[in-house]
Amino acid sequence: MARKKSRGPANTDIDMTPMIDMTFQLIAFFMFVINFTEAEQDERIQLPSSQLAKPTEGTIETPITLQLTNSGLVVYAGELVKVSDLRGYLEREKTAMIDADKEPTSATVIVRADGRAKTGEVQDIIKLCQEKGFERFALRAKYDEGH
Amino acid sequence: MTPMIDIVFQLMAFFIMSLKIVQAEGDFDVRMPLGAAAAAAPDDQLVPPVRVRLSSNPDGSLAGIKMNDSPVSDFEELRKKVINLVGNDSGPNSIADKTEVELDCDYDLRYENVVRAITSVSGKVQGGEIVELIKKIKFTPPKKIN
Repeated sequence: MARKKSRGPANTDIDMTPMIDMTFQLIAFFMFVINFTEAEQDERIQLPSSQLAKPTEGTIETPITLQLTNSGLVVYAGELVKVSDLRGYLEREKTAMIDADKEPTSATVIVRADGRAKTGEVQDIIKLCQEKGFERFALRAKYDEGH
Repeated sequence: MTPMIDIVFQLMAFFIMSLKIVQAEGDFDVRMPLGAAAAAAPDDQLVPPVRVRLSSNPDGSLAGIKMNDSPVSDFEELRKKVINLVGNDSGPNSIADKTEVELDCDYDLRYENVVRAITSVSGKVQGGEIVELIKKIKFTPPKKIN
């Protein structure tokens, strides 16, 4: 078979259009999927799962997230604190709310407790929050589609 | 062309790197003001509260469930008993809406059991839809204070 002899550095223009199309599609996909909201999820916590824990629509007004680990420590604003030390932090939350002209009762305390944690510790946390005037609680669980 | 492709790849790298895979989570809303038992208006208490007792073994596993002092074998039976009690209507003024569940748990009980109990009493999934049962949930005070 006779082949055309190439003449040195040939004009090697590749058609870039499909690649650019693909890349733009990928960018569009990642832009849609990206979630900038600061969802406080700590990998140390394995939430219990529940088929009724449907993701909430809309945002929670003034959320306070308290995450209880398996070992009985609370992750509050990225720090590990003891349940007994939580009182001071909650007091600060309360003062901040009052300064912002909000009632502590309007805040929602999101309790992300590990499934293996002790119920009594969860109740201790709830009790501390109640003492500071918080009364709305959201017990968070992983949404389980199966069964 | 090259500068554009450079920028496009940079953008893509940025979006890929900042992508977080977030697992779907949901909340059980519990409203528990301090001293709720005393503050509750008597006309709201037409239906006596359902008392669910969850006892634990020393290792934190579930030892037994009792509903209003009668033993219940598992969470599925608990749900059936709740459905028997409140019926199937779950409108704004139904029995389910007025009934309150009081969870009485041992201190060492693993928290996942509490979530399972709340799941059993607060609703059921029927044909992909959630049918709400009892929404008012409260806890008895913790028994042991460390």
